[in-house]
Amino acid sequence: MKRLGWTCCFLMTMVLAAVPLLAQEAPSSSPTSSPAATPGATSAASPEISKAVSEQLKQLDQRVTAAQSAGDNAWMLVSAALVLMMTGPGLALFYGGLVRRKNTLAIMMQSFLLMALISVLWALVGYSLCFGGNGPVIGGFEHAFLRGVGADPNPDYAGTIPQATFMVYQLMFAIITPALITGATAERMKFSGTVLFLTLWFLVVYAPLAHMVWGKGGFLNASLGGKFPTLDFAGGTVVHISSGVSALVCALYLGKRTGYPKQPMPPHSLVLSFIGACLLWVGWFGFNAGSALAASALATSAFVATHFATAAAAMSWSIAEWIKNGRPSALGAISGAVAGLVAITPAAGFVGPMPALAIGFIAGLVCYYMVTKVKSIFGYDDALDAFGVHGAGGTIGALLTGVFAQQVINPIFGAGKAVGGMDGHWGQLGNQLVGVLIAWGFALVGTIVLLKTTDMITGVRVSETEEIEGLDITQHGEEAYNLES
Amino acid sequence: MMKIEAIIQPSRFESVKDALREIGIEGMTVTEVRGHGRQKGHTEVYRGREYTVDLLPKLKLEMVLPDPLVQRAVDTILKTAKTGKIGDGKIFLSRVEEAIRIRNEERGENAL
Repeated sequence: MKRLGWTCCFLMTMVLAAVPLLAQEAPSSSPTSSPAATPGATSAASPEISKAVSEQLKQLDQRVTAAQSAGDNAWMLVSAALVLMMTGPGLALFYGGLVRRKNTLAIMMQSFLLMALISVLWALVGYSLCFGGNGPVIGGFEHAFLRGVGADPNPDYAGTIPQATFMVYQLMFAIITPALITGATAERMKFSGTVLFLTLWFLVVYAPLAHMVWGKGGFLNASLGGKFPTLDFAGGTVVHISSGVSALVCALYLGKRTGYPKQPMPPHSLVLSFIGACLLWVGWFGFNAGSALAASALATSAFVATHFATAAAAMSWSIAEWIKNGRPSALGAISGAVAGLVAITPAAGFVGPMPALAIGFIAGLVCYYMVTKVKSIFGYDDALDAFGVHGAGGTIGALLTGVFAQQVINPIFGAGKAVGGMDGHWGQLGNQLVGVLIAWGFALVGTIVLLKTTDMITGVRVSETEEIEGLDITQHGEEAYNLES
Repeated sequence: MMKIEAIIQPSRFESVKDALREIGIEGMTVTEVRGHGRQKGHTEVYRGREYTVDLLPKLKLEMVLPDPLVQRAVDTILKTAKTGKIGDGKIFLSRVEEAIRIRNEERGENAL
């Protein structure tokens, strides 16, 4: 609506400016098609002139649309590239630094493999399963092999950019989501098992969930006819809860790494992790602000919220560490930042800067507690804390979105209609809870079934000898650091 | 002929080396090592998990010297490597039976 309003305003202004200047304006704009400068402009109401004016209006309208499309498309293509950068090298470096030296390439290879594997699957059926059709649970096959996905926009999702841009942008989300899970299976999962499991997981867990929350007709969709409209601006449920909860299941199913928790397994290079986390922070602007699907004021709002939440979470995790251990660590600060990025993801396009600070601050503390306390209480070996950060952060973020979402930021339910608790619509918290529970349940059940299936076909865990020798050599036949060469 | 093995704090290495050169000792072999004696390690915390790092980085200096030089070398190392805190390292002395220069097969103290 806002967009339409703007376009109208712009058009009006252009028309007002254009009428008196018709003679001068016309040739400079498009000399080929305009009816050559009509000299007798003073004699009003002549049918020729009104025809010329309406012709001019039509052209202006086209030019405005084209200009807007160009601007939106430029931002969305950049955003797509930024989101890809989150997986490689962002996440690959972040995770790569956290593992032991002998597993560095293996974990990086998993992220990189997903960049290739999911892209191919996406072109064949993935995009269609997520965004084709309008079923309540999963899309259809109408866009299989990217049929009909080209320069024309898909007005259901993004009316100002080519559908191909929307398609490739959404692909980048589908890549990073399974890559997050590898943080829980790190240092002990077979490469063959990883490939098979994540292929199945993408088709059976990610695609339906993405459709339910973002797809037309999906029953959690907030703006396209969902039964339980769940607010998820950029993927709190679809990306972070789904991957985080699946990560927990994987950690439990695979069991602990050999020697955990007795043997020390400190990160082999926090420098790599540090660079990775910084790339994630930058890439996340594409993830969250890009989810406005236009170069709009809403994108700016999401950008701003993302930044402040991240900063607040880095602070709160560091403060917690400083109080608890007497020293704030670099790993703590970057982990906090990632927790903040995760938590603000569902809320980014619905909240202002102050609620964003609050969401980030809370997420930093909750994830700190999950990673340092809850994990050791239950004793699961979530090697790189995929659940502690993404599962917990995603859940907190999704629920707090129900609290802080405001219609002044994004009137998603229609102009003037309350959105979240801050607007007085506390029922939204209930919808968020439904969305969270469904995402949890779906990820839990799906992952258990798929892991079991994978285990029967390829096996999921490497042998103890292979694990001790390291996945780089045993799974890929190479080493990350050949110091003698 | 005696062999001196001195395990020292890496931070003292430059001073020790310079002082040894001043008393006329040119040759030595240096290795980066890890270890500990009475010195306890330190604790590192990664996301709430505590690791005690008890093997600490040290440098090991090895040199074989003619008997008259040994005492002066030991004194020099003691003087320059000492910080007075636990973890300063140790010096081991042992008798060496033979030394041979590979280039020209000189033997004994001539080879040093």
